[in-house]
Amino acid sequence: QEAAKYEKKVMVLDFVTPTPLGNSWGLGGTCVNVGCIPKKLMHQAALLGQALQDSRKYGWQFTEEVKHNWMTMTESVQNYIGSLNWGYRVSLREKNVTYENAYGEFVGPHTIKATNKRGIEKLYTAERFLIATGERPRYLGIPGDKEYCISSDDLFSLPYCPGKTLVVGASYVALECAGFLAGLGLDVTVMVRSILLRGFDQDIANKIGEYMEEHGINFIRGFVPIKEGTPGRLKVTAKSTTGNQVIEGEYNTVLLAIGRDACTRKIGLDKVGVKINERTGKIPVNDEEQTNVPYIYAVGDILQDKLELTPVAIQAGRLLVQRLYAGATGKCDYLNVPTTVFTPLEYGACGYSEETAVEKFGEENIEVYHSHFWPLEWTVPSRDNNKCYAKIICNIQDKERIIGFHVLGPNAGEITQGFAAAMKCGVTKEQLDSTVGIHPVCAEVCT
Amino acid sequence: GKNEYDLLVIGGGSGGLACAKEAAQFGRKVAVLDYVDPSPQGTKWGLGGTCVNVGCIPKKLMHQAALLGNALKDAQHYGWNISQPVHHTWSVMAQAVQNYVKSLNWGHRVQLQDKKVKYFHMKGSFSDPHTIRGLTKAGKETIVTAENIVIATGGRPKYPTHIAGALEYGITSDDLFWLKESPGKTLPVYCPFILHLSGLIVCISLTDTSPDVSLECAGFLTGIGLDTTVMMRSIPLRGFDQQMASLVTEHMESYGTKFLKRCFPTKVEKLESNRLQVTWKNTDLGTEEGDSFDTVMWAVGRAPDTETLNLETVGVKTNSETGKIIVDASEATSVPHIYAVGDITEGRPELTPTAIAAGKLLARRLFGQSSELMDYDNVPTTVFTPLEYGCVGLSEEAAVQRYGSDNIEVYHAYYKPLEFTVAERDATQCYMKMVCLREREQRILGLHFIGPNAGEVIQGFALGIKCGATYRQLMKTVGIHPTCAEEITKLHITKRSGLDATVTGC
Repeated sequence: QEAAKYEKKVMVLDFVTPTPLGNSWGLGGTCVNVGCIPKKLMHQAALLGQALQDSRKYGWQFTEEVKHNWMTMTESVQNYIGSLNWGYRVSLREKNVTYENAYGEFVGPHTIKATNKRGIEKLYTAERFLIATGERPRYLGIPGDKEYCISSDDLFSLPYCPGKTLVVGASYVALECAGFLAGLGLDVTVMVRSILLRGFDQDIANKIGEYMEEHGINFIRGFVPIKEGTPGRLKVTAKSTTGNQVIEGEYNTVLLAIGRDACTRKIGLDKVGVKINERTGKIPVNDEEQTNVPYIYAVGDILQDKLELTPVAIQAGRLLVQRLYAGATGKCDYLNVPTTVFTPLEYGACGYSEETAVEKFGEENIEVYHSHFWPLEWTVPSRDNNKCYAKIICNIQDKERIIGFHVLGPNAGEITQGFAAAMKCGVTKEQLDSTVGIHPVCAEVCT
Repeated sequence: GKNEYDLLVIGGGSGGLACAKEAAQFGRKVAVLDYVDPSPQGTKWGLGGTCVNVGCIPKKLMHQAALLGNALKDAQHYGWNISQPVHHTWSVMAQAVQNYVKSLNWGHRVQLQDKKVKYFHMKGSFSDPHTIRGLTKAGKETIVTAENIVIATGGRPKYPTHIAGALEYGITSDDLFWLKESPGKTLPVYCPFILHLSGLIVCISLTDTSPDVSLECAGFLTGIGLDTTVMMRSIPLRGFDQQMASLVTEHMESYGTKFLKRCFPTKVEKLESNRLQVTWKNTDLGTEEGDSFDTVMWAVGRAPDTETLNLETVGVKTNSETGKIIVDASEATSVPHIYAVGDITEGRPELTPTAIAAGKLLARRLFGQSSELMDYDNVPTTVFTPLEYGCVGLSEEAAVQRYGSDNIEVYHAYYKPLEFTVAERDATQCYMKMVCLREREQRILGLHFIGPNAGEVIQGFALGIKCGATYRQLMKTVGIHPTCAEEITKLHITKRSGLDATVTGC
């Protein structure tokens, strides 16, 4: 859309290969269809379940028994997504961007073959190409996985309530899904091979896990599934990662959330000489998002060593086009990109985790300020005293500049955004101390 | 003779307690006097001041109760089956809130004890610049002397005593949060067939010096199902950005709060049914109108609590118009060794965090060899109306006045919180704007946000503005998706361009 502003002739090819269970979706990519958007909406549904319980303490009265209807929620969510798909199609049209619902692959220099749903092929040539094919969930590679397991690609449009669910994985996808499924009243178990939220601050990752356990989610740690079978009710056999122990469990649904693989292996990159990382499938690019082939660029989840986040992809894409067609020089700033994990207790972070800060600067050169807090709104329902937590990591050698910000609590994303902006301005602890808090909100604990 | 205490603080509220506790950290001998004169309706409360007892805390909790009412409605769209009817019971909420407040009163007493600060439950007044006369409820007198004295007695709601019946029949925020029974009859929330005859309350703001109080109260009262009307003589939220103020009231109107604009009451009478008959003048139409209500709540401003301090005896100067104590940048009054912090001081924002910060810094200057003064610039604040409004820095009008409209750039956007989509909630007033200097770097002068969790959104940006954040730096900040706050990092439509500022798509 950015390129079209500069009156370039632009085409977008988008195609969704159906999931093993046959699921597909419209224009918009992962975020809109099977990522951020449906995830946050279902997370909200779960939070509202909690709100219902809290409201009784605040004087609201209604029947004791409150049940959740999966179909009602899923239908509403899918309707909203449908409106976004539609919105994108209209937007592309308005901006004179040609759109084809077809699978694109390189067949030669400057040439792409587009195959639509009915198998009809067309060839297109262009001066420049941008690869932004993203990723899809990984499967375990064990008997029964593709036949019986679902992934996040299927969950958000599942035409039946998942029931008793086993979530395999400890990524943020796994924990977020496990979190809201439990919040909607389902019996949820999370099977974790080793640690939670690899790559995130481990101190906070553990707090998140603890909170989830306290709120009824079962964790099986140190096991991996080795077999899934028997339709109807699924039996999962798992083996310990540290010994020979084997356990079995039965579930209605098994949700795999063990990682995502880049969609780069079947798009003809070898035909044009674009190098990819053979192991991960990701595409290495320079700091201007250019691959090793000068006229081919890449953005988003498929990039090597870059964050898999929607806003990063959007920003990189826009800036790239501005550099190509508007003479701009601004490069995407991948430093201090804030993020939020929407687990039942939300986690917002920006900058270094405590471990990476210690690693990079040395323990004696960093200062960590921290505090537990109790959101005012949780006092009346007497909920979860002392679970919320905030910590700030400062670089002593650089005027106590804030290099890491972490907050665990409600509305973590809303809180973290402003602090991320402040970190972009190089905020120091002293400036933080002299900023007056807004009272009474959770964020003020950080000032 | 030698003074008994190094520091004596009159007033155990946000500012007073913060100052006292900080001073005690330096090993000083500190005492606090706190006393609450009952309201005309007889309401009183414990240690902690306005914020804890009749301000921020109970207000936010009742606001939360109202928000939870919304959540109940939203929940149905998200698949939760809640059978009708849904009721709200005031006494359950009030009891819970009051219990929590009492736990805070207790907590403060324990803290003072832990920090070895002497607490006198007495009303203080000056005998001379270093001597305070404390009086208990029973009339027992205690004389206390101190090297330094800090006045932090805050304020109390005003009554429009010139209006007949105002004092006898009206309540204020001092009373609202302590009512045991509902101020109006509760309407079942989802019953379309019951007529809205009963349960009426009026929040009247005349001079708009406590403008947010009436709107916040009216907001949560409406939210818990009470039929509420706000009567205003002129503009809402005076002193705040007026575009934002009107969006806030617009939302309240669509939310169900009634407004009687450009009206002012002339008398309040009690009817046989025990309801109150209010007569008012409509300045637009020049007519006189009347109606009956269960409760009338005055929110016409707050008056500094200085009357019984005996300030004239020691020569502490006050502002002739407002009655507030005049202080300099170091919180010093016109009399050496006598200081003042918090709502009682002239020209300062009436906010808890500024009182706390000022109190702490004062203690550090007096006893900790610090020279740091309180910075009152760019203090963020939030109005907890049904759709919350958070802001930091200059309003658009103030920026225009200071720099000229040619020298400022205003970026703005109408957005829709993701959570409103499935809930089918109206986001017409969800709006944000950033007021910047127009020159190269475009330093941010003011940020305004209306939407859910406005306080949480604004806090971090306030920090950024303290660091001199510019528009460009904000644009380099990647957004967190999906949140409302990320829209701030995506602001790009200027008012000057005249383009449609509605956010579309992802």
